[in-house]
Amino acid sequence: MADENSVKINYLAALTAGLWRENPTFRLLIGMCPPLAVTTAVKPALTMGLSVIFVLVCSNLAISLMRNLLKPHLRIIMFTLSIATFVTICDLYLRAFQPVMSEILGAYVPLIIVNCIIIFRAEACASKNNVWVSILDGIGSGTGFTIALCIIAGIREILASGTIFGIAVMPRGFVPWAAMQMPVGAFVTLGLLLGLASMLTTKRAS
Amino acid sequence: MDRVYILIMGFLSVVIVNNFVFTKFLGTCPYLGVSGRLDTAFGMGLAVTFVTAMSGILTWLIDFYVLVPLGLEITRYICYIVVIAGAVQLVEMYVKKFFPMLNKSFGIFLPLISTNCVILGLCLFINIWGTDNLLEVAVLSTGTGFGFAVAICIMAAIRENLILADVPDSFKGAPITLITAGLLTLAFMGFTGMIR
Repeated sequence: MADENSVKINYLAALTAGLWRENPTFRLLIGMCPPLAVTTAVKPALTMGLSVIFVLVCSNLAISLMRNLLKPHLRIIMFTLSIATFVTICDLYLRAFQPVMSEILGAYVPLIIVNCIIIFRAEACASKNNVWVSILDGIGSGTGFTIALCIIAGIREILASGTIFGIAVMPRGFVPWAAMQMPVGAFVTLGLLLGLASMLTTKRAS
Repeated sequence: MDRVYILIMGFLSVVIVNNFVFTKFLGTCPYLGVSGRLDTAFGMGLAVTFVTAMSGILTWLIDFYVLVPLGLEITRYICYIVVIAGAVQLVEMYVKKFFPMLNKSFGIFLPLISTNCVILGLCLFINIWGTDNLLEVAVLSTGTGFGFAVAICIMAAIRENLILADVPDSFKGAPITLITAGLLTLAFMGFTGMIR
């Protein structure tokens, strides 16, 4: 009975770890390119987040299935090859069914291959745990990443053009901050959010 | 003379005006992770320059002479990744043999060069730009790596001085580094539109 309980907790922990405790963007500081590059508006950010969830879940599944066959020195190359396969699938899908988004995201979709989050989850979780835990971990981390992307994109889109999902939300007479659209806005927004995140954690700890 | 002019302008363009770190956010992980000390950052910049130059040229050759004629563009990403991983392995062996000290200070970040976005990003952008001549590809690849080295060295020099600054507790480390990067980007934006 107790055994069954602990298994359940294990699954739950795998699912929720990525949301805040091990949030890839705010806590672990890995995979920093997309949060800076595709967050000028919410819609591309959301597309990016969903693509990462898809790739993360599929690659975690595949790597977890072959975890007993992996040789230590060939590990990383096997990870990247399986990730590259799923990213290719994702890229072709976006090109066929979401041509506008594919155009906006451009080279950042294939760049998911070298996103540290996916390799990190493969190394830290999928190569050690069974299939179900790996899938849940993929969903959790991917969702945490997507939420982070959407927060940054939301702030930047509201301040840069006064809209969210393309719908105007700011009062009339609002002067858009052009700087938020540019690379500067990305770096400074993320820096301030990280400062806020670490402030919240230290407050909770003390 | 015209060709030389184009090559020089292309080089300056990817180093200063279209620097991958500042305008395309590629390579942000090592840019924030390894930029703590100037000498490590310099070594990292050189290693990345070498890998970028080599994999840029190799992937272009593979793309131009193998993948496109055979209609195998679908396997492009997988081929790129294999080439990059091979190049990184080569650098790793070289550094281990001849610079054991440098190898120690790189730690985990050396094998992780293969997941450095600058390199794959460059291979993809060369493909997008549609460059069709080997010399241009070589110049652009070297320039991109060099641009990364410049960016990471500037950042490391700033961070060595940042240690002495009085930063609020919760902003120490990554947050202040990101804000510094933002200001640096602002400075480099002054070059926008000068070339291309």
